[in-house]
Amino acid sequence: MLGYMGRRLVYVVVTLWAISIVTFVIINLPPGDYVSTVIANAQAGGQSLTPAEITNLRLRYGLDDPVFVQYWRWISAILLHGDFGQSFAWNQPVSTLIGERVLLSAILSISSLLMVWAIAFPIGIYSAVKQYSWGDYGFSFLGFIGMAVPEFMLALILMYIGFRYFGASVGGLFSPEFQDSAWNLGKVLDLLGHLWVPIVVIGVSGTAGMIRVTRANLLDELYRPYVHTARAKGLPEWKLLLKYPVRMSLSPFFSTVGWLLPGLIGGETIVSVVMSLPTGGPLLLSGVMNQDMYLVGSFVLILSVLTVIGTVVSDLALAWWDPRIRKRYKRE
Amino acid sequence: MSATIDTAIGGSGVAADDVLLEIEDLRTHFLLDDGVVCAVDGVDLRVRKGETLAIVGESGCGKSVMARSILRLVDPPGQIEGGKITLHRESGPVELVGADRKLLRQIRWNDIAMVFQEPMASLSLVHTIGSQIVEAVRLHENVGKAAARNRAIEMLDRVGIPMPQRRVDAYPFELSGGMRQRAMIAMALACRPSLLIADEPTTALDVTTQAQILELLRDLQDEFGMAIMLITHDLGVAAQVADSMAVMYLGRVVEYGGAEQVLAEPRHPYTKALLRSMPRLGRAARTRLTAIKGMVPPPYARPEGCAFHPRCDAVMAGRCDTVLPRRVPLREPVGDREVTCLLYEEES
Repeated sequence: MLGYMGRRLVYVVVTLWAISIVTFVIINLPPGDYVSTVIANAQAGGQSLTPAEITNLRLRYGLDDPVFVQYWRWISAILLHGDFGQSFAWNQPVSTLIGERVLLSAILSISSLLMVWAIAFPIGIYSAVKQYSWGDYGFSFLGFIGMAVPEFMLALILMYIGFRYFGASVGGLFSPEFQDSAWNLGKVLDLLGHLWVPIVVIGVSGTAGMIRVTRANLLDELYRPYVHTARAKGLPEWKLLLKYPVRMSLSPFFSTVGWLLPGLIGGETIVSVVMSLPTGGPLLLSGVMNQDMYLVGSFVLILSVLTVIGTVVSDLALAWWDPRIRKRYKRE
Repeated sequence: MSATIDTAIGGSGVAADDVLLEIEDLRTHFLLDDGVVCAVDGVDLRVRKGETLAIVGESGCGKSVMARSILRLVDPPGQIEGGKITLHRESGPVELVGADRKLLRQIRWNDIAMVFQEPMASLSLVHTIGSQIVEAVRLHENVGKAAARNRAIEMLDRVGIPMPQRRVDAYPFELSGGMRQRAMIAMALACRPSLLIADEPTTALDVTTQAQILELLRDLQDEFGMAIMLITHDLGVAAQVADSMAVMYLGRVVEYGGAEQVLAEPRHPYTKALLRSMPRLGRAARTRLTAIKGMVPPPYARPEGCAFHPRCDAVMAGRCDTVLPRRVPLREPVGDREVTCLLYEEES
């Protein structure tokens, strides 16, 4: 098991190194750089920059250095000092920018995830056990609607309803009066009052999808011989259901659970943009549009690290869950 | 028909003392979109205490569905449409078809246990063998974990699994097919059932292992005294272990009797044809095996009258294709014999 973990760790490091290079290449790929964006913005505003100013800017950001020098400057600062560089557009350290948004992103992701699980698992199990019943058809119908309706549209509808009929402040996670205040009970309550809308929006399609997956996975297991054995043993129906087929049907779930990790900081960009939520997604989007090199690079790198770690977490979770996998790791 | 024969076969529903399980006119149908499949269509059977009854027949003749119906384990869209299944427990007879779920759960495994065809698939792969046996024991007996675990080890030892103290914590995928089936048998017998239903227990195993498992079942029967209902399509297996034998064709029992008698003197044309299709040692060299003519008819198109008549050599035109044959008790040869065939109806 330790040997397996050690080998895994080596793969992780190699993978991340490769990702960091690819990331850096990609953010350098588009024609132009941050300075050309600044020039374009200035021109759009009816101003222009002198060639001296431009050279100055390019020099300041080191944009004329060879690519590998830029790469080394970027990656060594991250590894050695935890310094993700400066966001050109925000004029702030990238770590501060992302750090501010991690908490809210995480709260949003985790709470919508919990909602998805709490609703989707019981319904999925019900739908599988009562396949082709009216209940199953009903939930399938709702599920397909949930999957088919785009999130941004649902967000707009809910925001409209909230504004029109409940007088709620639209968008964001805080009412204007709490926007910049320090954390206190009022602010927390205000947050909760706003949070449910994005949770519902994000949760609906996730729930719908999860119901389908749970149902399909469970149907694969429901009529297996080991279920007959359990029934023949005299186990009560609901108990045998949870202990045997449901347990087996959760393996695919565990093998993907780690991929939720990157969603904690970067997920749900579209909904966040529509509802102007201060999560990571819109930050990344604006960075990409501004060619804010270090911001985007760091973002992509962090997301990749989380994805790779998430994969390891998934594998470990699956090993914990399924003895067949566990034994194979041990043998390796 | 003489009165003595009537009691001997228990045909009137009066059970002889030694009858353990009595199935009367059992019908299990599958309501599918394309029509109704009568997988079990009026089965009458008895299992005596401590005997081995082999149920033989081709694939699709309804043997497995019949066996599963006993414990009401038929998955939808299968449904028991009618009939009576009476289990004679020490405390008195119980009817299973109409029994409430609670009583049924008590009877499952405690009175009637099952062993299935695929030892790999019928044990949960993510639970240890020990925990699966312990679960069965603790469901039916008020014993602690440690005692149940000891029982599991003892049973694993009894079915010939080496190092049972270690194997009790093994997962099924860590054992070979034969060992898995032994573990399954250990689990089936852990609650000392009075009837063990073995549904093709050796089909998925190689011939050597098959012989070992059959021998094990016979030994365990001597020791535990349970009756065995052995479902098999393999007449050789049936001949090896069975005391009685029932031959099924398309959801009905066509012939029933002592195993030796049925094999030595088959009466039903189907049984005769089945035996002719078997290779046999000592038969004159180079004689061809005779296949039963025709095919098992498709499930939705069950022939009128006797279901076997389109394939039967002794078919009586105008009768077999219209009249549904009854069970006919035979006076000869000795003992408990029954044939469901019009050829014998006049005789009695």
